[in-house]
Amino acid sequence: MKRKHKRLTFVLVALVLLGGAATLVLNAFEENIVFFMSPSDIAAGKVSDERRFRLGGLVEDGSVDRSGGETVQFRVTDTANVVKVSYTGILPDLFREGQGVVAEGRIVDGVFVADEVLAKHDENYMPPEVADAIKKSGQWQGSEN
Amino acid sequence: MIAELGHFALILALTVACLQGVVPLVGAHRGQISWMRFADQSSVVQFVLVAISFGCLTYAYVTSDFSLVNVVQNSHSAKPMLYKISGVWGNHEGSMLLWVLILAIFGAAVALFGRYLPPALKARALSIQALVAIGFYLFILLTSNPFERMFPPAQDGQDLNPLLQDPGLAFHPPMLYLGYVGFSMAFSFAIAALIEGRVDAAWARWVRPWTLAAWCFLTGGIALGSWWAYYELGWGGFWFWDPVENASFMPWLIGTALLHSCVVVEKRDTMKSWTIFLAIVAFSFSLLGTFLVRSGVLTSVHAFATDPERGVFILILLLIVIGGSFALYAWRAPQLKSTGLFQPISREGALLLNNLLMGTAAGVVLLGTLYPLFIDAISNGQDKISVGAPFFNAVFIPLMTPMVAAMAVGPLLAWKRGDLARALKTLWLAFVAAFALAVATWVWQSGQSPWGIVGVAIGSWLAIGTLIELAERIRLFRLPLGQSLRRLVNQPRATWGMTLAHFGLALAVFGVTGAGAWKVESVQSMRPGETVTVSGYEFRFDGAAEKQGPNYLTTEARFTVSKDGDVVAQLFPEKRVYTVRQMPTTEAGIHTLLSGDLYAVVGDSKSDGSYVTRIYFNPLVAWMWIGSLTMVLGGALSLSDRRFRIGAPKRSAVPAGAQPAE
Repeated sequence: MKRKHKRLTFVLVALVLLGGAATLVLNAFEENIVFFMSPSDIAAGKVSDERRFRLGGLVEDGSVDRSGGETVQFRVTDTANVVKVSYTGILPDLFREGQGVVAEGRIVDGVFVADEVLAKHDENYMPPEVADAIKKSGQWQGSEN
Repeated sequence: MIAELGHFALILALTVACLQGVVPLVGAHRGQISWMRFADQSSVVQFVLVAISFGCLTYAYVTSDFSLVNVVQNSHSAKPMLYKISGVWGNHEGSMLLWVLILAIFGAAVALFGRYLPPALKARALSIQALVAIGFYLFILLTSNPFERMFPPAQDGQDLNPLLQDPGLAFHPPMLYLGYVGFSMAFSFAIAALIEGRVDAAWARWVRPWTLAAWCFLTGGIALGSWWAYYELGWGGFWFWDPVENASFMPWLIGTALLHSCVVVEKRDTMKSWTIFLAIVAFSFSLLGTFLVRSGVLTSVHAFATDPERGVFILILLLIVIGGSFALYAWRAPQLKSTGLFQPISREGALLLNNLLMGTAAGVVLLGTLYPLFIDAISNGQDKISVGAPFFNAVFIPLMTPMVAAMAVGPLLAWKRGDLARALKTLWLAFVAAFALAVATWVWQSGQSPWGIVGVAIGSWLAIGTLIELAERIRLFRLPLGQSLRRLVNQPRATWGMTLAHFGLALAVFGVTGAGAWKVESVQSMRPGETVTVSGYEFRFDGAAEKQGPNYLTTEARFTVSKDGDVVAQLFPEKRVYTVRQMPTTEAGIHTLLSGDLYAVVGDSKSDGSYVTRIYFNPLVAWMWIGSLTMVLGGALSLSDRRFRIGAPKRSAVPAGAQPAE
């Protein structure tokens, strides 16, 4: 093989790899991207029933109901609108009423059925999406950052 | 007083670094040996100064000096001593101080042990190190000063985040940083080589040990971090494709590629500018990792309270380092001429394939990690998305499968021109075994995820293929056994390192496959005395009791696990509340078997005396840790190879341009 041909082989292998990777990425993006929604977005009808998404906001005070065995029900609010959430399993350690929360799942019969409730590592930390959702609803009381 | 001393030492270190960033560089350009030597002395001085500074902060933590803001925010007088010390780097400011300490240690190590290095290369590399250090000194002094005082002093501290009060996490950050900062050495040598316009086998021989050391630490650090997440978070998994995890994984992928391309430069004098490129990218990813973790731009389960001002500073630093080095690369790299020619099917070709796959994988992880930021920016904050584990699994596994498959073949190909047919013929046993195991898995698991079958197939292919390669090397069964054994003992350590690292990856593949494809989970509420059966193991909940720890209250539950009537283990999951911060944490109860982990988590109690419990059977997880450890061991063994200790060969000829008499 001539030097030029060899170089061509390498370039072709690299192109095939990149092409394959790009195909994989595009496919995976189409199926696996999860949008972030606030309770107001849901109230505005931005959500289709089938699609998984992330819901963020504050756990409404006094809304946590543990009477259903391992299934917990609570409400998430951005202070303008409220969504009912149901989750089966152990809630993260820092899950508290009045605190920020991010849950992933889909809407079933008007209730957001979460299969994942995200924990935080630090009680002072609020996920930026939750902060934004509350700012959007015009109820933000913290600093402007 | 002690704190002021630490602060002052850090400022002095900055001044020394400023001199070190200029004087040796100019000296190397002019060929003045005394100016170049300055780098040796200043590196050691810098190390001493930063060590004093770090020592002062550690002293403040150990003596609980609550007049320092940093100590108040992250320590408490009742905290066990181990966590008082690990608290030094368990926070932003202290961890940055640890970063510069490690940078200074590496710099001093080059100055003291790099006797065989040509003075000009060494001077330039140390200058570049100093320039990187200046950025981080300024960052600490301007935005994250750990020595800030408060008046009046606090009565007591606010305690360290309880999640960090754990032996696994005490050593995770230093390991990770040793890895990140280790790549700064490869980076400095790469930039120095670009300035010199010369890369040769000797250069690769000097860079390889640093890259290898960084790779070992990074591998260990990542494994330690995921082990911590596994038992501390209580989610039953060890890898979540979280931005912070990805941030440490991308440098690992590129570092692995760099490690392999260094071999090609050393042995075959080719792929030079590519290797330089990888060295720059590996360090850029390390900086990017720091930026992602410290700025809080991405939502992460690991994110801590952050400060946007710091993010901007690191971003600027990142732009200067990456922009500057790539500009230099574009200007100088075309001058690096390679001499070694090779066919596509050859050892070089296989290593290049490794590089391409590793690079693509890192690119894909980068894309997935940054995509949410990108969407956020182009939609003006209207659309917020997250890219989670399903995306990464769908992309990463198909990319890594051919990679692992090729790993068994590559070492059997000769340099320059390999014989693929012969290599594959040698591997027939591995092929048959992998196929048989895959079929057996398919029959056994009937209709679950196909990735379980693929994982078993490529894992066993690589494991057996690696053993066959070793057998070939010692000519097992073709020479008398005694001779083969002698050959086995006399294998160079670098070769052993390769065998161990590849074999370790095969073991880790089994671990990932088991936990990924066949995990069994069961959530229920249980009263004391009730049982639940998971994967053939019967878990009996014996009840829970309140206990008192050194700085926490805990509810400790007990599970008795039995199989076919015989007791296998007792598990003690806990739910702790750390008294100072009133913050609860979960401690999973785990019993490790080679076939899989018995894993129990206890949740909230309810008024009727029952507890929510979560039970997992995680097949083969232990092999993940055994595999990682084997990989680190392989790297360490390779690092101890005699060739690296006795120094590199003398350079062949005097290079063009300014080069002083040696």
